[in-house]
Amino acid sequence: MSAGLQADANPLAAILAGERRALARAMSAVENETAAGKALLHELQPHLGRARVLGVTGPPGAGKSTLVSALIGAWLSRGATVGVVAVDPSSPFSGGAILGDRIRMGAHQADERVFIRSLASRGHGGGLSRTAARVIDLLDAAGYDQIIVETVGAGQSEVEVAEIADTRVVVCPPGLGDEVQALKAGILEIADILVVNKADLPLADRTERELLAMLSLRHYDVWTPQVLRTIATSGEGVAELADLIERHALACASQRRSHGGRVRRLIAASAADWVKRRVEGLAGDEFEELCARVQSGELDYASADLRAVALVLRAEKQA
Amino acid sequence: MTTQPPKVLVTKIGLDGHDRGSRVVASALRDAGMEVVYTPPWQDIAAVVKLAMEEDVDVIGVSSLATDHLIVPKLMQALRAAGLQDIAVIVGGIVPDADEAKLLEAGVAKVFHPGSSLADIAAEVGRLTRARRALNVT
Repeated sequence: MSAGLQADANPLAAILAGERRALARAMSAVENETAAGKALLHELQPHLGRARVLGVTGPPGAGKSTLVSALIGAWLSRGATVGVVAVDPSSPFSGGAILGDRIRMGAHQADERVFIRSLASRGHGGGLSRTAARVIDLLDAAGYDQIIVETVGAGQSEVEVAEIADTRVVVCPPGLGDEVQALKAGILEIADILVVNKADLPLADRTERELLAMLSLRHYDVWTPQVLRTIATSGEGVAELADLIERHALACASQRRSHGGRVRRLIAASAADWVKRRVEGLAGDEFEELCARVQSGELDYASADLRAVALVLRAEKQA
Repeated sequence: MTTQPPKVLVTKIGLDGHDRGSRVVASALRDAGMEVVYTPPWQDIAAVVKLAMEEDVDVIGVSSLATDHLIVPKLMQALRAAGLQDIAVIVGGIVPDADEAKLLEAGVAKVFHPGSSLADIAAEVGRLTRARRALNVT
């Protein structure tokens, strides 16, 4: 039964050579945060930074997956290969998930120039899964030209995709709320391109006007966010969207994810995650006492967190 | 420690469009804590093989309610040709006894007939997942 496992003998070489099965297996190792997965990511680092990453977010039912499908078609017709990472929510009760984004991606699923991977959010709150950025790295190393990351159906504050994408598209279905919604902080702010999808629906004009009004109240330097209408199911507006994404990428070339700023942000996110998990895992009298002192009002959170970090670091030294 | 839930593909190949059963099973596996890639009916074999490979699923569940089940041996063949023989395949639906033997002979791990309990299906998927992962230690 070992015949099927040969591809894993040298995963890095196999991935760089474009072996799809090795890539898929590596994604599982990364997603499950195995020792082999971590070692592979380390080796992968020098091979990153070639792909362009597009983030697609927006509320549930906005048409994100259908729009992604249409974009895949546009890029294939321009000679690019496309990798897709689609995140769907895990159940907070069972931990299970239905991964149903790729079924909207129709005929492109079967195309050899396309690689689609579904991820469950596994309790991670920012609209992605904790390992999504690293699964994107794998697609990058494997040589896919364009990578699309589709978030879970997002609310107002799932803005993590802003960190890992070069260009951010926020899909807004017509008729969601009034002009005050368009003024709020959060998801609309991270958009480089705002897409009014399902633009054949009656409220599309109003939604477009409100988004334009929102943009007119803000100040931008390198790139002014654009509003575009699409009908993903018919393909209307999709070529224009692909052009606009290209224009944005050129305009913001100096701020690409391969740039140092991204590495800095990812180190910060990874460090925060490490500290959070270690503090949650603290045990012993000293930590119990710390909790009790906060609970009684003797100590504030700002002082307690520094002490908790000190306890973590001490435990780490002893280990 | 991180969780590593089973990853399962629930699909239908061929022309049979009766998808109530596959939806019920997909929901039950989700409720059992599994990550389920769900497809609508009418998938072709090449698409299912590519999907299973890209998603690195542990188990494929094929639902068949209208005598399409004899396509499954072709799926088994295609999976082997793609080097994916470590993925377990189970079939659920209406399968005559005589055909069940053919499916098992073709490498299908288990056939679930009408009246099977969802708990039994989930337990079998869990068992097959553990067996596959014990084999593919990474």
